[in-house]
Amino acid sequence: MIMIFGIPVQALLGQLLIGLINGSFYAILSLGLAIIFGLLRVINFAHGAQYMLGAFVGYLMLQHLGIGYWPALILVPLVVGLSGAVVERFALRRLYDLDHLYGLLFTFGLALLIEGTFRYFFGASGQPYATPAALSGGNNLGFMYLPNYRGWVVVISFIVCIAVWALIEKTKLGAYLRAATENPKLVQAFGVNVPLLLTLTYAIGAGLAGFAGVLAAPIYQVSPLMGSNLIIVVFAVVVVGGMGSIMGAIVTGYLLGLMEGLTKVFYPEASNIVIFVIMAIVLLIRPAGLFGKEA
Amino acid sequence: MTKRLVGATAVLAVTTALAGVAQAQVSDDVVKIGILNDQSGVYADFGGLSSFEAAKMAVEDFGGRVLDKQIEVVTADHQNKADVASNIARQWYDVDQVDAIMELTTSSVALAVQGLSAEKDKITITTGAATTTLTGEQCSPVGFHWAYDTHALAVGTGGALVEQGGDTWFFLTADYAFGYSLEEQTSTFVKEKGGEILGSVRHPLATNDYSSFLLQAQASGAKVIGLANAGLDTANAIKQASEFGIVQGGQRLAALLFTLAEVHGLGLEAAQGLTLTEGFYWDRTDESREWSKRFYDRTGKMPNMIHAGTYSAVMQYLKAVQEAGTDETEPVAAKLHEMPVDDIFAKGGKVGANGRMIYDMYLMEVKSPSDSQEPWDYYNVLATIPGDEAFIAPADSGCPLVQ
Repeated sequence: MIMIFGIPVQALLGQLLIGLINGSFYAILSLGLAIIFGLLRVINFAHGAQYMLGAFVGYLMLQHLGIGYWPALILVPLVVGLSGAVVERFALRRLYDLDHLYGLLFTFGLALLIEGTFRYFFGASGQPYATPAALSGGNNLGFMYLPNYRGWVVVISFIVCIAVWALIEKTKLGAYLRAATENPKLVQAFGVNVPLLLTLTYAIGAGLAGFAGVLAAPIYQVSPLMGSNLIIVVFAVVVVGGMGSIMGAIVTGYLLGLMEGLTKVFYPEASNIVIFVIMAIVLLIRPAGLFGKEA
Repeated sequence: MTKRLVGATAVLAVTTALAGVAQAQVSDDVVKIGILNDQSGVYADFGGLSSFEAAKMAVEDFGGRVLDKQIEVVTADHQNKADVASNIARQWYDVDQVDAIMELTTSSVALAVQGLSAEKDKITITTGAATTTLTGEQCSPVGFHWAYDTHALAVGTGGALVEQGGDTWFFLTADYAFGYSLEEQTSTFVKEKGGEILGSVRHPLATNDYSSFLLQAQASGAKVIGLANAGLDTANAIKQASEFGIVQGGQRLAALLFTLAEVHGLGLEAAQGLTLTEGFYWDRTDESREWSKRFYDRTGKMPNMIHAGTYSAVMQYLKAVQEAGTDETEPVAAKLHEMPVDDIFAKGGKVGANGRMIYDMYLMEVKSPSDSQEPWDYYNVLATIPGDEAFIAPADSGCPLVQ
């Protein structure tokens, strides 16, 4: 058996693949955060709660309305996005002119509120959500057993990331969005409804979190605590990638997932801090992040 | 005349005083029990408000009054923080006249509150915490440990599985004191029975993804994968193990601390085949079924060993107060030490000099969805672990009170 640093190559390949799967979640979540920060300059601490909300809405749809996984994959992001739009329209909007700290505090409070409410009604130990029948089972790849569902997560999240990136960077709507945040008065003068665009931006970010929540439901316990466990890591990803850099968030999400996977082989105890160590190093060397533009 | 009046007054005063003594057996005319546990954090389903409900059931079943005085149950959320718990306990004892504190989920909290209560000469009965230290080095003459402990879990799940052929083990261990001690105690029993430990991996607390740890466990080829963690960590590990086909591949999962509440949260699809040790199962005898149905009507869920244990603890405490004829700590603690425990929770239970209540535990296997006949029909009882095997003998516990 070929060994690298005392670890069989097969095991290493398996861990890299798992890193890629976790990286997919980091990528989707940090993408949403990066959009909201990049375009609205809001540090959205409610992102973890919105991810949890996505998983719960999926769960509730299945339990009470009989709506399965596939429709939920479309419906849940819409529901969570809509709730995000309501939040933006009636609350967040009032804070744009204040220091960024206010947005952070507001969304943090909102996150606690949402999580507390769900904990009250559903308890802490979580709810089950079965893997959709079409994706149950798995394949033996020779070096590891890959559950079909995990393979699906990698593929779909990659597609969604690229699609969202293209929407913002390559389409006319995306151009409006970017322009509206760059110089709102000017864009408004051209007859574009700027407030609507801002609402839309926040809704897209929240919707992405909701989407990640549905994706996660069959893998992790659907629990009120699932978002708060993840959100700090995702923030670190955004910081490493460069606050507001959309491509940076995607690439860094995958990269850090891989790094974390490797750590789990060589020194498992450190697997939950490795991302923060990398963040500290990156901030020392490139304060604007790997893909950020120097301010 | 004056002399006689003084004499009469004195006699009257003495009689009144004596009568006063006879009636003041119960301090401040109410027997007050505090249920202190986690009601909002990771263990909120493990015990939580349902334990409070179980305590209230015990009071109602007892008749609502003891020694013709009122019984009251109060509750608070300690947030899994020993300092918060100690403050609440102090307030309860000093201001609110609470006579005994029970439940005490989380070992750090239980140790802190038991220590404080010993200083204040108040009774504690722990049902929600795991550590054997409560009746070991840090035992208290007025502290009792009523439900499971880490030793019982290790003997049950560790020992029994080896006997059934699961003689090679790999551990997934939470990277903190509780995980270590659970792994260590279980390893001891596995080795004692002739089993072998192939390895272990330590994961940080509140990890989301266990797949890489599970792959390492899978690659080890061990027959049993022991999960030395708790709550959401265990649930996620089990869910992902089922995804990676670990149980289907012939390896067995042993959750070292897992109760009916967590099985319910996980669902049978993911939890089937899991082996665990619990000190109570609702669907075991007619008596337990009857009580559990009543519990279900009040809480909407079936009880686990923490809930049933809390009911038993409150009930036994009230019986002890009745027997002792007072709610003063010393006589009641003496009664608790000498009275056998016979209720829906424990049959022929006895309390050791170290405060450990010794009763039978059960090794359970989680049913597959097709075997489950009705909601909450979750366990097959594989074996009964006699109390004397499940718990450390008081003489060997290291408790200074026993020597």
